[in-house]
Amino acid sequence: MSKPDNTVKDALALGPENWADGEDPLARRRGGRIGAPVSRLDGPLKVRGKAPFAAEFPVEGMAYAALVFSTIAKGRIATLDTAAAEAAPGVVLVMTYRNAPRMRPMQQFDSSEKAGGADTLPIMQDEHVYWNGQPIALVLAETQEQADHAASLVRVTYEPGHAVTSFAEAKANGTDTGDFHGPLHLEIGDAEEALRAAAVSVDVTYRTPPHNHNAIEPHATTLAWHGDELVVHDATQLVTHTAWTLAHIFGVDESQVHVTSPFVGGGFGGKLVAQHQVLGAAAARLAGRPVRIALPREGVYRLIGGRARTEQRVAIGASEEGRFTALIHTGTSATTRHSAWPEPFMLAAHSHYAAETFLLDLQTAYVDMVANGSMRAPGGAVGVYALECTVDEVAAKLGMDPVELRIRNEPATGPTDGRPFSSRHVVEAWRTGAERFGWAGRNPAPGAVRDGEWLVGMGCAAASHPYVRMPGGAARITLTDKGLARVEVAAHDMGMGTETAQTQVAAERLGLEPGQVSFRYGDSALPGLVPAAGSQQSASIGAAVVAAQHALVAELLKLVSDDSPLAGLEADEIGAVNGGLAKLDEPERYESYASILAGAGRDEVSVEASGPPPLEMMNWSMHSFGAMFCEVRVNAVTGETRVSRFLGSIDCGRVLNPKTAGSQLRGGIVMGLGLALMEETQFDERRGRILNASLAEYHVPVHLDVPEIDLIWTDLPDPHAPAGARGIGELGITGAGAAVANAIFNATGKRVRDLPLTPDKLL
Amino acid sequence: MADSADAIRINGTAVEPPGDPRVSLLDLLRERLELHGAKKGCDQGACGACTVLADGERIVSCLALAVQYTGREVVTIEGLTGEDGPHPLQRAFVEHDGFQCGYCTPGQICSAVGMAAELERGVPSYVTDDLAAERIAPGRDEVRERMSGNLCRCGAHNGIVAAITETYGTEAR
Ligand code: FES
Ligand code: FES
Repeated sequence: MSKPDNTVKDALALGPENWADGEDPLARRRGGRIGAPVSRLDGPLKVRGKAPFAAEFPVEGMAYAALVFSTIAKGRIATLDTAAAEAAPGVVLVMTYRNAPRMRPMQQFDSSEKAGGADTLPIMQDEHVYWNGQPIALVLAETQEQADHAASLVRVTYEPGHAVTSFAEAKANGTDTGDFHGPLHLEIGDAEEALRAAAVSVDVTYRTPPHNHNAIEPHATTLAWHGDELVVHDATQLVTHTAWTLAHIFGVDESQVHVTSPFVGGGFGGKLVAQHQVLGAAAARLAGRPVRIALPREGVYRLIGGRARTEQRVAIGASEEGRFTALIHTGTSATTRHSAWPEPFMLAAHSHYAAETFLLDLQTAYVDMVANGSMRAPGGAVGVYALECTVDEVAAKLGMDPVELRIRNEPATGPTDGRPFSSRHVVEAWRTGAERFGWAGRNPAPGAVRDGEWLVGMGCAAASHPYVRMPGGAARITLTDKGLARVEVAAHDMGMGTETAQTQVAAERLGLEPGQVSFRYGDSALPGLVPAAGSQQSASIGAAVVAAQHALVAELLKLVSDDSPLAGLEADEIGAVNGGLAKLDEPERYESYASILAGAGRDEVSVEASGPPPLEMMNWSMHSFGAMFCEVRVNAVTGETRVSRFLGSIDCGRVLNPKTAGSQLRGGIVMGLGLALMEETQFDERRGRILNASLAEYHVPVHLDVPEIDLIWTDLPDPHAPAGARGIGELGITGAGAAVANAIFNATGKRVRDLPLTPDKLL
Repeated sequence: MADSADAIRINGTAVEPPGDPRVSLLDLLRERLELHGAKKGCDQGACGACTVLADGERIVSCLALAVQYTGREVVTIEGLTGEDGPHPLQRAFVEHDGFQCGYCTPGQICSAVGMAAELERGVPSYVTDDLAAERIAPGRDEVRERMSGNLCRCGAHNGIVAAITETYGTEAR
């Protein structure tokens, strides 16, 4: 997820004091904790199976939930017979629209500050059906087996209405310009005319299917009401938003809902607030029992929408020398009336290349289906794929090396907004990557390299993802008289390594050893509004901890005694070193934290502060970049593709922890291999139902599909990002798919423009 | 209950089989014994997150009915950690960052332990060159092929394979 927020604009009015004014002194500091390849702190717990996930919190007296899903895409429930289910052994409650408590609908994620909902529909409030797979009954029973069995006994008949389930019909019904914090439309010059006049042009259509996140941990919630207080152990990437959203729905105060989510088994944009948490809480209230609702894998497909289908036109006009004169990226993505979330595939075209003219536009078409939503690199994953494949087509047509073509069109400033780049070393990434990968050895003629029955080819593509820091980041630092620090932020660690990297950064910032710092997260009671979204957590946490550290120094200066070496100094003269504070240019004027607290007779000092508004996003064009290189072997007999080599040459600012960052980038790249080669949510356009709602039939890359992925990075700090680091969580998936597809073209001479590139399409 | 042929031995402890014959071995572990190490990713044999060892063989415990495991020895991820600390493979997973979210991890580790025994016994796979070999080396391709039943959506494949090949031998293929 990656929407810059409108409040950024409001923040402009707040005056000059902002993060972007000065470079974080940590950004360039070498030899410290930042950049050390520390193994993840929660590793020992995870490898022993002792990390508690949402469905693993024991609660006394808990009942288990099972859902019944609709089997029509639109209409109403005609008859609903729950008698057999109610009479089944162990059943505590059968909840349908007839007895569900009155609840407000959710507010969609990103529609207001703390809204976290996946859709805006009434939740089991009436007989209407809006999508095939909508929950229409919930059964609570003493065991999961009893609940599952009873759910199978609920009898429903429907009066179907007319459902729009085909993309063609949806487009024919008329589309709207997508909105992603502003209309998704941009024109600079007359791009169509420039395309017609161009010496060389390519004008093609790429199609991408829907995708599902498929985090290996299915969505689950264990929750209990204590009067009007609700305690929720959830698998979420939005603890604070979840608390607010549930409070809003049930009409209680935000402070009465406490959400914890210490471990999340993968999110990828899919773990927001969906109907299951709400239904679980409603059933718990009705039954007066704590509830666990753990979605079966099929239930995840029915309830949690993924990336939407897209149809993209990409047209590039170029001069003989390969300079782009026109860049057109337009098309349509499918969405629903109840949660219009566009798949903004044309965003990357704003920043990848200098072109003389631009036409960028996204239309949304409305289908009756589960609300689609954010999935790793919204827009970017499928949009960069289409854009970067088209650039490859232009290179082929010009007879020019694809790396050189990209470098030739490297912009000097943000191509569509004219803003200066905060830090962009794309050319360096291309050059070092090409060198390391052995790009010079590539035979540019398609289909020319053969090894037995295998056709071998190399391809490349650019990757990018915008830097985001959402407003609302806050942190609390508590320092004890033992000189230990606790840093607390309502952030998330779904495997990104947040705890580990942030402990390193905080230790460096506080002048402590990592073992003296603990980082607490995953709890809505902690400060800050820090969604694990938009690859923004490191920036958001980083800026908040900077502010809190400043507040801590100010607080400590109030406590120092008159005979302290620090007495009389101002905060800006002071740095944090060796477990205490020292004058920056006179380091012998030093006092340890323990000594300051002891002198003041304090057990601990605690401060809380918010990060400043993210003005850096307004002032600079800020993105993480990558140059992706891929070698494939395509079997000439069977059409199967094997990725034999992959290199990501990354420019993401400072790398906080190469071990965990490398894993995050590789994870994105692996998902990009899946996007290119196998991933597809098969949507039955007749009935509007997902056909392959299982991990057996939705194919994701497995071990044998994944080669050793080589990574290099520029590691050049971004002077406008906290600790010099831009985001990396979503970068990997952008560009990876195009690199694979372009390698397949080089290997076979076949340009397939419909994902995924399965063997049947390559025969 | 008394140690008998009617009990399931789980990590060395005798456990009474569930009264409800529908209970899977996975649900017995997770919901009745509070052994949450084995994970549920699909409940239909497709992801490997629930992998445990039954008499030393790796099985997906979601497709195993608990009542069928009386008289058998089940070892879960919790049982791999000995008195003297974690299994070497557990340490190697941490060192090589063989996971991110950690949800597939217990299954990957149990699966790899079972796989190593298969290699020792010379059980060939699709990528094995010498089908008659008495013992098969845990090269990268052997490991990748044999671990392909354990999905990892975080994409920690490289680290997982590195941890396994380092633990069970370093012969490259
Ligand atoms: S939970 Fe058993 S294989 Fe997925
Ligand atoms: S570590 Fe998350 S699924 Fe493997």
